[in-house]
Amino acid sequence: MTAFTLSLKELHDQLHSGETTVTALTEQALGRIDDVDEALGAFLRVDRETALQRAEKLDQELKDGTKQAEEVLFGLPVGIKDNIVTKGLTTTCASRLLENFDPVHDAHVVEQLRDAGTVTVGKLNMDEFAMGSSNENSGYKTVRNPWNLDHVPGGSSGGSAASVAAGEVPFSLGSDTGGSIRQPAAYCGVVGLKPTYGRVSRFGLVAFASSLDQIGPLTRSVEDNAYVLQQIAGHDERDSTSVDIEVPDYLKALTGDIKGLKIGVPKEYLSEGVSEGVRAQVQAALDKLKELGAEYEEVSLPHSKYALATYYLLASSEASANLARFDGIRYGVRHEEDNLLDTYKKSRSEGFGDEVKRRIMLGTFALSSGYYDAYYKKAQKVRTLIKQDFEDLFLDYDVIIGPTAPTTAFKIGDQLDDPLTMYANDILTIPVNLAGVPAISVPCGLSDGLPVGLQIIGQHFDEATVFRVAHAYEKAAGHEEEVPVFKGGTHS
Amino acid sequence: MERISKENIRHVAELARLELKEEEIAHFGEQLDKIILAAEELNELNTDNVEATSHVVDVRNVMRRDEVKESLSREDALKNAPDEDEGQVRVPSVLD
Repeated sequence: MTAFTLSLKELHDQLHSGETTVTALTEQALGRIDDVDEALGAFLRVDRETALQRAEKLDQELKDGTKQAEEVLFGLPVGIKDNIVTKGLTTTCASRLLENFDPVHDAHVVEQLRDAGTVTVGKLNMDEFAMGSSNENSGYKTVRNPWNLDHVPGGSSGGSAASVAAGEVPFSLGSDTGGSIRQPAAYCGVVGLKPTYGRVSRFGLVAFASSLDQIGPLTRSVEDNAYVLQQIAGHDERDSTSVDIEVPDYLKALTGDIKGLKIGVPKEYLSEGVSEGVRAQVQAALDKLKELGAEYEEVSLPHSKYALATYYLLASSEASANLARFDGIRYGVRHEEDNLLDTYKKSRSEGFGDEVKRRIMLGTFALSSGYYDAYYKKAQKVRTLIKQDFEDLFLDYDVIIGPTAPTTAFKIGDQLDDPLTMYANDILTIPVNLAGVPAISVPCGLSDGLPVGLQIIGQHFDEATVFRVAHAYEKAAGHEEEVPVFKGGTHS
Repeated sequence: MERISKENIRHVAELARLELKEEEIAHFGEQLDKIILAAEELNELNTDNVEATSHVVDVRNVMRRDEVKESLSREDALKNAPDEDEGQVRVPSVLD
């Protein structure tokens, strides 16, 4: 079956002109998954029957011309990261501990998509509980990069990125705690947005680090991304950190006009840790933005070097608290022992993979008596300094731009031995989560045949400017023609 | 210098309700030691007069009306329970 290559708007137009049907699009997604996913490993679960039943019902609505059928996302197939709960569709967070977990409600974002008339075809693979940068920490299977199957797709939303890059679905949802949407988007050559903390409700997102987690869209174009954010953004009283603030019309922001835009380029983001190939493409992108009428200059985010340590202390501390609920009592897989305490221990030790255990241990240590002030509290204070770095720059600049990741996708197995090397993949995305600002990764060419991502960071709740800059760049750069070819089917 | 002793690791594992094998204690101990050592670079910064950030966006006093709403049904609440009996979650003995 052919890959999805059209934009969401084009698919929408085809549905309305009668050129295609919801059932045909759903069958295209399922057929494409049949063709390529054995090699790719992007999906953990495909719900063929429910998807086709829903497609049939939506086709009837389309015929009847109901209000819902007017939505741009109406009738489009979507893949959902497996840490976002879906009623009646098993949700595992790629953990063995939750291999039989059947959610009793939908996440807010899933409700929003359903209201727009999308068809969920399945759940996407990820690093277990979203902890990882390569998808090698999935409790089930490793996702492969569609550009080169020997390489990782990035993580933790590796399935979300790979499924869109390989044209299995036109768009997907992921989550981003330290770069988990943007880094795989960069590695797989797709567009991935982490919205402002509080822009999208986290209700129904299985919590990893609650002060950092955000849900966001992965798509093939900036315009597609804007359509999806439009649908999932907004206040939800079931998430007390979701902010009640107006959601602007993101499509109207895509003017193509960035004349006079002021761009700050942090010198820390183009340091020696960034590969030459990545640096060259980012420099070329900056030159392109200049041609379009923007101005850029070198700036500094002086506390960037402390972001990684700050992040791992805070995220792991929050994770150790959040993951305490997985004890094998009320849900999940129980390994029963003679008494309750041993049952907890056995269930958790059998259920969690190594990376999850490592982070629970680190977090428990950082929060434990005698170490709390030295590690956890200290990291919270440094977080304030990192956030202030961004606030200072946004007084003078509209956006901050740099690479999304220091390198292109590395080979599967290359970084498994050393957690610190693995963690360094997120060195350019983590500060954004700590500051809570929005950022997008947009493809900016290839280096040695693998995609490079350009990261565009905006002010709190200013996704509109981020989209405007990303869209203007994307149109001018013309990288849309660059698509992966992999065994199991070409892209088109 | 070893920042985290094996005894430390055992204690933390107990707090985290994890059962670690001897080789895991050694392995995690070594890795956590390295991570903590790297994290100590934060001590280069003077943060005496810096406020801690626990939440990045200024939202305060998020309250809802104190109204009774329908909550999870017993059936749903028990749907995923590994062991249940007469409408309740069954657990192994709490006391030895």
